[in-house]
Amino acid sequence: MRPFTYERATDVEGAVRAVAGNPDARFLAGGTNLLDLMKLEIERPTHLVDVGRLPLSAIEATAEGGLRIGAMATNSQVAADAQVRALYPVLVQAIVAGGSAQLRNKASVGGNLVQRTRCPYFYDTTKPCNKRVAGSGCSAIDGLNRSAAILGASEHCVATHPSDMAVALSALGAAVETVGAKGQTRSLSVDALHRLPGDTPQIETELTAGELITAVVLPPPPAGGQVYRKARDRASYAGGLAMAAVAGNQVALGGVALKPWRALKTEAALAAGASPSEAAKAELADAEDLGRNGFKITLTARLAAAAITQAQGGEA
Amino acid sequence: MKTTITVNGQARALDLDPRTTLLDALREELDLKGTKKGCDHGQCGACTVLVNGVRINSCLSLAVMHDGDAVTTIEGVGTPDALHPIQQAFLKEDAFQCGYCTPGQICSTLGMLKEVADNWPSQATEDLAAKIELTDAEIRERMSGNLCRCSAYPQILAAIRSVAEAGA
Repeated sequence: MRPFTYERATDVEGAVRAVAGNPDARFLAGGTNLLDLMKLEIERPTHLVDVGRLPLSAIEATAEGGLRIGAMATNSQVAADAQVRALYPVLVQAIVAGGSAQLRNKASVGGNLVQRTRCPYFYDTTKPCNKRVAGSGCSAIDGLNRSAAILGASEHCVATHPSDMAVALSALGAAVETVGAKGQTRSLSVDALHRLPGDTPQIETELTAGELITAVVLPPPPAGGQVYRKARDRASYAGGLAMAAVAGNQVALGGVALKPWRALKTEAALAAGASPSEAAKAELADAEDLGRNGFKITLTARLAAAAITQAQGGEA
Repeated sequence: MKTTITVNGQARALDLDPRTTLLDALREELDLKGTKKGCDHGQCGACTVLVNGVRINSCLSLAVMHDGDAVTTIEGVGTPDALHPIQQAFLKEDAFQCGYCTPGQICSTLGMLKEVADNWPSQATEDLAAKIELTDAEIRERMSGNLCRCSAYPQILAAIRSVAEAGA
């Protein structure tokens, strides 16, 4: 790990100011992703602002009938919360499908959303990666790209976003609340938070310098069943090859792109009376096979169809 | 950087490079070598300790993040003369070979049983509204963050089951 200085933030404004004023500063919450990347010298902050003890971990009902989840709530606290379990089982299922219990006990909700890709070339500091070193090239496009994106990729980056939780939040139509460098607050949908790679894969979210996620806001749950499904190489404690979250008529896919992928074509097909299988395939009509990840197109379609069927009350 | 952590009931004042992980502080500064460094990347669980009663990977946390926290390591769980029931169960069921992962397995078990008592769900939980039943599938799923390269998993499962049943 490179040397850095450390401070514990005592309020949101101070934390935001400290990070906004220093391009080499980072927020530190649970640390489960950032500290790992710092050990590998993929992340090299010179200053850490610990926001882990800011009073942002409450889970409260909103006037609209949804929930506001503080960004510093741990993944485990969210999954264990009685209100979350009653209203958003798909979110609970997604969270407990991610990481291990030890990681979920430490990882924050805000940190989960801005965790970085697990693309093997992002982690391999001996190889080019446009995310790690802008302009160095993408090793995955012609490399071992079994886990790579099938939707929304570019010639500069074919990585995927690793979060399970974010896929459920996308299906639920959740938004994040943030505080920016000048203390201004804003809300943006989870779907609008992450960027597709385009020609700037090193820029991963729409957050500006020093902008801190303070909460995730869930609208009231849509009518209908909720299901989260994940396909992976091991039964537990492994990243997903394909994920699907269904909440009523709303569907999101994971493991397919550099962001949680709200499946609007699937939703439109379902609304037009398509079968779960036809609707799932509609989203993947433009999916791209890079050579080793083609199986994910079929896998994702089948997984999404099964999740939709299950959410509708059928056997899948 | 000055940091005070209560470790196994004793307040310990430390002056640390901020880079020091909780794991390295325990092992190298406080000479508590029971907590093991395996992968050092949160993948193996050998470094599992309890922080304020909750299990975490001590390798993926900075010691300075834990100022004022209460940490329990394997040294605080039991002693050779007064083994904790979980330690006794691991011995009785032969739940290890080399023993390197065992402190992490035991601390993880302690945290896991508390999570079940608090009715925290896991991927193996079918009914989110019901009280959690500690089936073998639940134990396996909840302990998946602790690897055992000797593959003593059936015996670890048996040890945890025996403790859970005795406590029930």
